[in-house]
Amino acid sequence: MKTHEYQAKEILKSYGIPVPEGRVATSAEEAAEVAKALGEGKFVVKSQVHAGGRGKAGGIKVAEGIEGVRKAASSILGMKLVSKQTGPEGKIVSRVLVEKGIDIGRELYLGMLVDRDRAKVVVIASSEGGMEIEEVAARSPEKIIREYIDPTVGLMPFQCREMGYSLGLAPAEVGKFAKIVTGCFNAFAQNDMSLVEINPLVVTKGGDMIALDAKLIADDNGLFRHKSLAELRDFTEEDWREVEAGKHDLNYIGLDGSIGCLVNGAGLAMATMDIIKFCGAMPANFLDVGGSASVDAVTAGFKIILSDPRVKAVLVNIFGGIMRCDLVAQSIVAAAKDVEIKVPLVVRLQGTNAEIGRKILKDSGLTIIPAATMDEAAGKAVEALL
Amino acid sequence: MSIIIDSSTRVVVQGITGEAGGFHAKQMIAYGTKVVGGVTPGKGGQKFEGLPVFNTVRAAVSEAGASASCIFVPPAFAADAIMEAADAGVKVIVAITEGIPILDMIKVRSYLAERGSRLIGPNCPGIITVGECKIGIMPGDIHKKGPVGVLSRSGTLTYEAVDQLSRLNIGQTTCIGIGGDPIIGTGFVDALELFEKDGATEAVVLIGEIGGSAEEDASRFIKEKMSKPVVAFVAGRTAPEGRRMGHAGAIISGGKGTAPEKVRMLEEAGVRVAPSPAEIGSTLAAVLGKKK
Repeated sequence: MKTHEYQAKEILKSYGIPVPEGRVATSAEEAAEVAKALGEGKFVVKSQVHAGGRGKAGGIKVAEGIEGVRKAASSILGMKLVSKQTGPEGKIVSRVLVEKGIDIGRELYLGMLVDRDRAKVVVIASSEGGMEIEEVAARSPEKIIREYIDPTVGLMPFQCREMGYSLGLAPAEVGKFAKIVTGCFNAFAQNDMSLVEINPLVVTKGGDMIALDAKLIADDNGLFRHKSLAELRDFTEEDWREVEAGKHDLNYIGLDGSIGCLVNGAGLAMATMDIIKFCGAMPANFLDVGGSASVDAVTAGFKIILSDPRVKAVLVNIFGGIMRCDLVAQSIVAAAKDVEIKVPLVVRLQGTNAEIGRKILKDSGLTIIPAATMDEAAGKAVEALL
Repeated sequence: MSIIIDSSTRVVVQGITGEAGGFHAKQMIAYGTKVVGGVTPGKGGQKFEGLPVFNTVRAAVSEAGASASCIFVPPAFAADAIMEAADAGVKVIVAITEGIPILDMIKVRSYLAERGSRLIGPNCPGIITVGECKIGIMPGDIHKKGPVGVLSRSGTLTYEAVDQLSRLNIGQTTCIGIGGDPIIGTGFVDALELFEKDGATEAVVLIGEIGGSAEEDASRFIKEKMSKPVVAFVAGRTAPEGRRMGHAGAIISGGKGTAPEKVRMLEEAGVRVAPSPAEIGSTLAAVLGKKK
């Protein structure tokens, strides 16, 4: 689960990490009021969207005084922000974070994530802050410092000191840095995060350390035990079909192609998308109905696919283990009563109760193109597009 | 032979009185697995299909001689269940549960490293040694006994591959679902090592997917240490960057973990990679055919 910059900063602030003074605003007027409350001088107005590359896209503006903030907020709010990370459709900005400007001395990088291979949390730090860390890693790998956290004892103070001195920080700065790393680790561990990133972590001209930008991504699997964190989820940033699918415990991801897919199992669902491409077309979506989805859930999945105007044919690929093919067949028949199936429907059922499932479909009177194997199904779906 | 489990393995089902645990315990018993009992805290003393239910895994080990465990416990309590089994000396722990928080799995890995238990999963369909022992949720009847080891990060895609092999009359020794999570107990390399040593396994089918570096690590191992042929399929060529494709571990991050890159490395290691998921069985058949 992603969070906005302003939410990430609030959380990190509660763990003792210094952040710029600021508040979020949803209108130019409100932005001006925030600036007024913060005093005169230089401000930064930052669009709040779940994507990077905001600066280059014109979504971050430096502003002088209250009027400057009002103008900047006015130009950013409502804009369609398009960056490498948003894709060509972009995102509409509905919130801005208004902050007091900071005198930037140096920019560092600090991040924390899970290293899958070592099965440990790793802290990554670099003196090259304020840029894409992957670029730094590719160009100058020696500038990336890593400390792995022992699962039994957690982050140790000596690890923070090692990183601080390796970054070339002065002794007085090392203490401040250690406090920030520790705060980040506590935020990470106590909230089941999968990423905590401060880029840049600014050392001001006056010697203070401040998180100029912050990013927090929570582990979806941990949200059940962090209700208030889960409430920070911004549904407006998500595709409505994915939100709808989530309500039925379905995994749906919208893509660009014309063949809608309904499959049981994530690996099989990906493989189904792949075989569609192999046969010359593109999938319209990824949809995993899981191992034990109910008739209602599968019906809901069907409706989501059928509501997509891009879909010109539907491919159902079910290998029933726990999932029963007759249940899937029932769902298809039920969905067809609610939503008119105007596009060709190819159904491949294999495994548990496949015979019963096929009979249910045959007797339903619906126009269904049956297939026995995956390639037959994909071939027929692609053919049906013509 | 076979790897990890066989007809002598004694299985306890953690969560046996729950819906999923109960259903699959019955299926395992029907397959011929030696299920010796179940564990549900608070329901010790009850019976399940004539088998004893225990309050603790420790009791199941000492009183029913359990040597393996199958865990059907919800995500909030699953890590605890795995650690309980390890602490009780259970040698093979199969965790079916999907949705365990990643920080819990970090603790589990560290805990298990000191206790000598092998964990399979989590978020996996389990492991089956054909004709001898099934610990998990895979449909037993699609499997045939034969010379191919199957190794997969997926569930239903594994069944698809097994079904293709069986229809070609190419049977399997042991099939392991290692699971779709980013942090798991048994990786490709661990299992490949066992298949290489297993006298009954002549070839291996490896089913991978996007995310992480399991296939890359496997490639290195296959190149340097495997004499037996390996055929693979990697799912997710059409997966977009940065999205979690169902499995928690199936995510392309910062351009890393893509299917084409994994395929490239596997092919460089001498692995034949099926171009389509419908050709996994036929690709293996061709390789076995050439071998003879």
